[in-house]
Amino acid sequence: MELLLLLALLDGLAYAAQLFMVAVGLTLVFGVLKILNVAHGSLFAIGAYSASTLAALAGTPWLSLLALALAALAVGAIAGPSIERGLLARIYDKEQVLQLLLTFALFMILEDVQKLVWGVQPVFEDAPVRALGPVVVGGIVYTAYQLILLPGLAVVCLLFLVWFLRRTVTGRMILAVAHDREAAEAIGIDSRRIYLLAFTIGAGLAALGGALAAPTTSLVPGVGVQTIVLSFAVVATAGLGQIEGAAATALLVGLGRSFAVYFAPELEVVVPYLLMVIVLVLRPSGLFGGRELRRI
Amino acid sequence: MIRTTRRQAVAVAASALAAPWILPRSAIGQQKPSEIRIGISTFLSGPASVFGVPGRNAADLLIEQMNARGGIQGVPIKALVIDEAPGVNFLLGECRRLAQNENVDVMFASISSASCLAVAPLAEELRLPNIMWDCGTQRIFEEGKWRYSVRTQANAVPEIVAPLLYLLKMRPDVQTVAVVNQDYAWGRDSWAIWKTAMEAIKPGIRVLAELFPKFGATDFSTEITRLQALRPDVVFSTSWGGELDTFLRQAAERRLFERSLFVLPLAESSLERVGKTLPEGVIVGARGDHWFLHPIAKDTDRLKNFVSEYRKRYGQYPIYPTYHMAQALFALEAAYTKAIAANGGAWPSREQLMDTLRGLEFEHLTGRMKIREDGQGLEPMLVGVTKHVPEYPFPVLDQMVLFPPELTMNPMGTKGLEWVKGLTMETVAKAPAPIPYKA
Repeated sequence: MELLLLLALLDGLAYAAQLFMVAVGLTLVFGVLKILNVAHGSLFAIGAYSASTLAALAGTPWLSLLALALAALAVGAIAGPSIERGLLARIYDKEQVLQLLLTFALFMILEDVQKLVWGVQPVFEDAPVRALGPVVVGGIVYTAYQLILLPGLAVVCLLFLVWFLRRTVTGRMILAVAHDREAAEAIGIDSRRIYLLAFTIGAGLAALGGALAAPTTSLVPGVGVQTIVLSFAVVATAGLGQIEGAAATALLVGLGRSFAVYFAPELEVVVPYLLMVIVLVLRPSGLFGGRELRRI
Repeated sequence: MIRTTRRQAVAVAASALAAPWILPRSAIGQQKPSEIRIGISTFLSGPASVFGVPGRNAADLLIEQMNARGGIQGVPIKALVIDEAPGVNFLLGECRRLAQNENVDVMFASISSASCLAVAPLAEELRLPNIMWDCGTQRIFEEGKWRYSVRTQANAVPEIVAPLLYLLKMRPDVQTVAVVNQDYAWGRDSWAIWKTAMEAIKPGIRVLAELFPKFGATDFSTEITRLQALRPDVVFSTSWGGELDTFLRQAAERRLFERSLFVLPLAESSLERVGKTLPEGVIVGARGDHWFLHPIAKDTDRLKNFVSEYRKRYGQYPIYPTYHMAQALFALEAAYTKAIAANGGAWPSREQLMDTLRGLEFEHLTGRMKIREDGQGLEPMLVGVTKHVPEYPFPVLDQMVLFPPELTMNPMGTKGLEWVKGLTMETVAKAPAPIPYKA
């Protein structure tokens, strides 16, 4: 029984790490720009597809690990500013429903772009997973990539974001704009620049989430849809705009799903949404949300 | 010179006017059309496009080849393809548009069972001949009688019973099983067929885990850990597409294949993609009587030409939906040919076409099959076990068994899920001898 609990815990942690990497960018963008970016799922998918392509070209398994980071960086650096400057900047003062429609339209367009570029056949490149090899826990074989690297990177990412936002001047400027854009502008902060920066970081995080997930899964049309639905569940449960909240909720959802697979498999699919419903009924602004709390 | 009296002339005119109402409608042919317009519904987007696009590709290729030969009875074919991914309501609207605005003569619907279940009643309403070209649910012809729909391939019952018979023939000592299926109708229904048949044939096999990860899942780590801990003799999965690929690769990375024998009724469609990550000894189904190295047809010009043309154009080996599309097209061609011959050379009505499709026997790329009187296709099932060979960078099928429909398909008028309860070890013993892989 102890072994089963340990295994469920390990599986839950590994899954939570993947969830967090996707959800954190979404919550950051909402926290600062106040836009629910439906196209976040597309950026995840494009990051994943690009990472697979680059990793396949890398030649050696170890270089393929580097390729994942490069792909995420490239997608974030290109897609982030293009989308923010080209589209979002024009609709910040418009109604929220219009913003939602715009990002949804973008999502649909990018879905077709993926099909045009990568086709419809599943794409799989697991060289980075093979580079790190297996680890054995209690007679059960895991991959070091999923059990060690992904959770490790998720923790690093969380700590880095917290440090960046709270301890650096740029991070504090982002927080100031997130808290009150007009007041921030009044003291000389260029909110346009901050929006551009925050969205680019968010896009980069979405692409990084995809790039890190890519070696573990087959990429197919619609992978962005699957991702965005679960990310929304995590972000809504945490409270929109909460970075530490997203980490805690990803952990909750990951462990909940994992324990469900072990002890009540019928509940596996509904666990994330069940948690979301329970939390939102009891706390409509999410586990960590609330007017008194500062966003991000 | 024949003289016509006034009375005779009146009688002839009256007969001519009365004919359409006196004669049965089905007996009246119609004018030869300038083209045969086929509406094809398939998945062009979403995860199921891994089947839908190859199906569409096969239609493009085969229709081009058929038209180069003069079409069907001298009439060229034109395909109008619609995407069934947006859902049933969208599909029904599109089918109606194709029938009423585009004047399609025949509908090929669909891949999803939900789509087929929805299109069958619409085809009745529109009097539109409908060939179900790929959907698998056995319920369609068990629960309804359709004048305007037939299916040119088998259904879920033989697709699941055949791999089960194969397993029990190969490993009669199986004691424990676990399932990992997608959490939607096909995943649940196929497991119900397997479990019911397994309990009938060999009571006492224990089910250690019933895992149904969400449809579209991208990670099976938790399920794989659970299976490693449980160590079932057999892991059964009817998953497909990217999800099956992911499950197989993750299972290989974590050495699950060393602990359990996998039975994968739909994995023929994944072989080329997963490559030799998939080890030897895995039981794989082809969802019908077809494969590019079909044990009987592999050296025929017809199959070789199709495989080489398909590869030349699309860069991949054809997978099962391409053969299903071919079966639908060849059935249509055979039905028009037969109906025209029976109609004294006149173009058949829709009803005559449907009457001809029922009971029709036709040649396809890898063999010959028949459509039953209720509209259900009777197709053998190819099942084999994976083997690594130097000729291909992915596993091929070895020890192939072609299960005849009489062994795996419930008879007309019965329900598949009830019929499988009557299966016994005698049914297993009747399985034909395996055919080894030959380069």
